[in-house]
Amino acid sequence: MVGAVCVGAVNISLPQFWSMLANYTGLSTQQLYTTQQTAVLLNIRLPRVLLGALIGAALAISGASLQGLFRNPLAEPGLIGISAGATLAAALTIVFGGPLLNAIGNVYGYYVLAVAAFVGAFITTLTVYRLAMHNGKTVITALLLMGIAINAIAFAFTGLLTYLSTDEQLRNITFWSLGSLGGASWISFSSAFPFIIIPLIGLPFLGKSLNAIALGEAQAAHMGIRVNRTKTVVIVLSTMSVGASVAVAGLISFIGLVIPHILRMAFGADNRLIVPASAILGAAALSFSDLLSRTIVAPAELPIGIVTAIGGSPIFIYMIYSQLKKQQIL
Amino acid sequence: MIAVKNLTYQVGNKKILDNASFKLVPGEMLAVIGANGAGKSTLLKLLCGEMNPTFGNISFNEKDIATYSIHDMAILRAVLTQHNTVSVMFTVKELVMMGRYPHFENKPSAHDFEVMEKVMAETGITHLAMRDYNTLSGGEQQRVQLARVIAQIYDRPNAFLFLDEPTNGLDLLYQQQILQLARSMANRGYIVISILHDINFASQYADQILILKNGKTVALGAPLNVINCENIHEAFSIKVRLMECEEFKCPLVIPSGLLV
Repeated sequence: MVGAVCVGAVNISLPQFWSMLANYTGLSTQQLYTTQQTAVLLNIRLPRVLLGALIGAALAISGASLQGLFRNPLAEPGLIGISAGATLAAALTIVFGGPLLNAIGNVYGYYVLAVAAFVGAFITTLTVYRLAMHNGKTVITALLLMGIAINAIAFAFTGLLTYLSTDEQLRNITFWSLGSLGGASWISFSSAFPFIIIPLIGLPFLGKSLNAIALGEAQAAHMGIRVNRTKTVVIVLSTMSVGASVAVAGLISFIGLVIPHILRMAFGADNRLIVPASAILGAAALSFSDLLSRTIVAPAELPIGIVTAIGGSPIFIYMIYSQLKKQQIL
Repeated sequence: MIAVKNLTYQVGNKKILDNASFKLVPGEMLAVIGANGAGKSTLLKLLCGEMNPTFGNISFNEKDIATYSIHDMAILRAVLTQHNTVSVMFTVKELVMMGRYPHFENKPSAHDFEVMEKVMAETGITHLAMRDYNTLSGGEQQRVQLARVIAQIYDRPNAFLFLDEPTNGLDLLYQQQILQLARSMANRGYIVISILHDINFASQYADQILILKNGKTVALGAPLNVINCENIHEAFSIKVRLMECEEFKCPLVIPSGLLV
């Protein structure tokens, strides 16, 4: 994280960073840095790195939890259309709720967007869950096809909205569909924070229940797990964090897929470990991806969605391959 | 003690289970037999509390099961269902430890580990402890699942064990091992209820047999009293012959063709 804060279009060296820290905490009065560097660090880089870490944690932990609920490692917010549902809801809000957003100002505007994205994500998840679960088992083809369909619908409508939108709205919508931390500020960080911190604290407690659900819903109920309550809580908390992430950073895919997968390969499938560990590794991974996205073509930026997709899609292909092989279709 | 009274489960006008009643005391093993669609699985689901009866009631230790919380049920009865697919890769050890879930909040206690070790030894799966469940053979998987449900009630000698066709698809050795384990649980004071397809297994291992047909009770009682040609005709619509055999307490049933 310290590295991520320091590296970027305006370079800050490590001694300079520590000097700033020492200065602010009153440990030293020696100044090794320029005011421009302080401004960059405090107002641009720090919120961005924190937001990246927060969103990485949010996406990975909701991915891990949804995979437990759907009983399938391919369930990922982006792939099964949850993020797309959130994007559509956010886009609708931007275009049709424009006057409202302007009236209530920046901070609350972000809150409204986060809530809209949450509602969009929630409706999508419920739809996908209803249609893809059959007798307590996920029908994989139904799950992935639903994801494709919902993604298509959401993008079609979002595309349609771009015709209705003003220039500024258009820029906002484009930013959403590519995914970027470029808009990070203390305002966006603080508006996403409450929506993400609750799932980050709550979801790890469900590890045990998710383990039991992996054996089947009836089996979990026999073990004394309140299956329906677990389902509701997982869906509400994961869509909350996905919704908030989409509202401030747009569509960032594959984090929720790849991070839990890597952890499962290393430590096994115990959700009591995988769910909280996903948050940590997700935070680290997204900070790192963001670091790449803003340094590779510096001073310009790559959308972070591109970086995560390049890293994530090969792993996704490998996972589909190994699943099919297990089912002896290949 | 398990008391089932006038238990009826109805879907529309069709009675899937019709007026079943029986009583079991600690140490008894009941085998439920009958043709496909006789209502055996429905009976088991009602006993598990998965579904609610249309009429009649079930009481565990003189308390109606509707009054038990889901957690109290979990420490009183364990259920081995028929189809057990595990969606992710758990090791055998992790799976058996899941049986202890009702007993700990987040971290298993030393006692939970002790139970896990003992159950794995008793079910003969200690050597599989670190294996991935999905790489095991059908018979090994079934023993692991049985170990998991036994672990759930291992330290509760008055608890109940429900098994739904536990020997399905297993070879002769595993069938014997599974039923022997079930019997030994009954001998230790548990009440065991098992759905079985093999009449001879039922009469060898169980203390009582319940024969169902189209939801109705054909016969209920000790194997010697209920295993006869008429009851089997009635329940399975096949001709059978009985064969006395010294080592068995009850005559063996040998199918001998269709009823004409």
